[in-house]
Amino acid sequence: MEDVRPEGGAGDKYSLIVPTYNERLNIALIVYLVFKHLRDVDFEIIIVDDGSPDGTQDIVKQLQQVYGDDRILLRARPRKLGLGTAYRHGLKHASGNFVVIMDADLSHHPKYLPSFIKKQQETGASIVTGTRYVKGGGVHGWNLMRKLTSRGANVLAQTFLWPGVSDLTGSFRLYRKSVLEDLINSCVSKGYVFQMEMIVRASRKGYHIEEVPITFVDRVFGSSKLGGSEIVEYLKGLAYLLVTT
Amino acid sequence: MKQILKIIALLVTISAMWIGLLEMSVVPQNQTWLLPIYFIVSLGCYGFLMVGIGLMHFPTCPHEAVLLQQDVVEAKHYLKQRGVDVASE
Repeated sequence: MEDVRPEGGAGDKYSLIVPTYNERLNIALIVYLVFKHLRDVDFEIIIVDDGSPDGTQDIVKQLQQVYGDDRILLRARPRKLGLGTAYRHGLKHASGNFVVIMDADLSHHPKYLPSFIKKQQETGASIVTGTRYVKGGGVHGWNLMRKLTSRGANVLAQTFLWPGVSDLTGSFRLYRKSVLEDLINSCVSKGYVFQMEMIVRASRKGYHIEEVPITFVDRVFGSSKLGGSEIVEYLKGLAYLLVTT
Repeated sequence: MKQILKIIALLVTISAMWIGLLEMSVVPQNQTWLLPIYFIVSLGCYGFLMVGIGLMHFPTCPHEAVLLQQDVVEAKHYLKQRGVDVASE
């Protein structure tokens, strides 16, 4: 069911879900940047930490001292349990009517949050997804091989899935909460195939999806290199989506 | 309809048109026989072309890395003043 509350009103609240594992410095930087760029917006940051041994949770507690524990919620889990369930876990604690999902490694810059919100308010979309492959977007820190696999994967997906969005594996997205709850219950994939499954299923279910350009800075050069097993996983995910959506 | 069925339907339609062409002999038969090969080859070319164009126009943003570095410095400064332990990398 679509949520039909008026758009752009003062009643909107945004819950940012950030799964972390060993991100003690990055989470502090992200929280600072979110508060810097989201003024006059009602939001909360839900940090789902999977038992990081580096003291991520200590830093989050210090951040709660600075910004308030009603704005920063620590919802930790005892050990590494995977990304899909992290979103599900964070969602249970979300009090906003919109949910933003972003990575904790600063490849998703909080300065784009206002454009996500603005786009949603202008269009009334159920999902606003960040895309790196349009004007105003971009990637930094990828070598040629990484770009080649990314392009190849994208062309394959566009040719066979007709997804209606330009960036399938990006995971910086804003969802209407009810829509995310619906999607997350119908997705079974793991890893970044999960992101692809979410957006393809959303498209098939007829949800209104809009895109905004984002830039993606890989600070640890080459950290996101794709190995053979990732490519196999991707192809399996593609085949799975072909027969199930 | 599942995506795979849509694609199969598309392929069946194309095959039907091809068989139609064969039957009606609008084009000389020996050329009609080669059409599926042309089809597959052009599909492959399309794929390579798209990847190539995508690679050539791959949007990059080196200045964003610089801006991010500035943000990191600014954030660390602010947080350190407020007692958040951001010293250790």
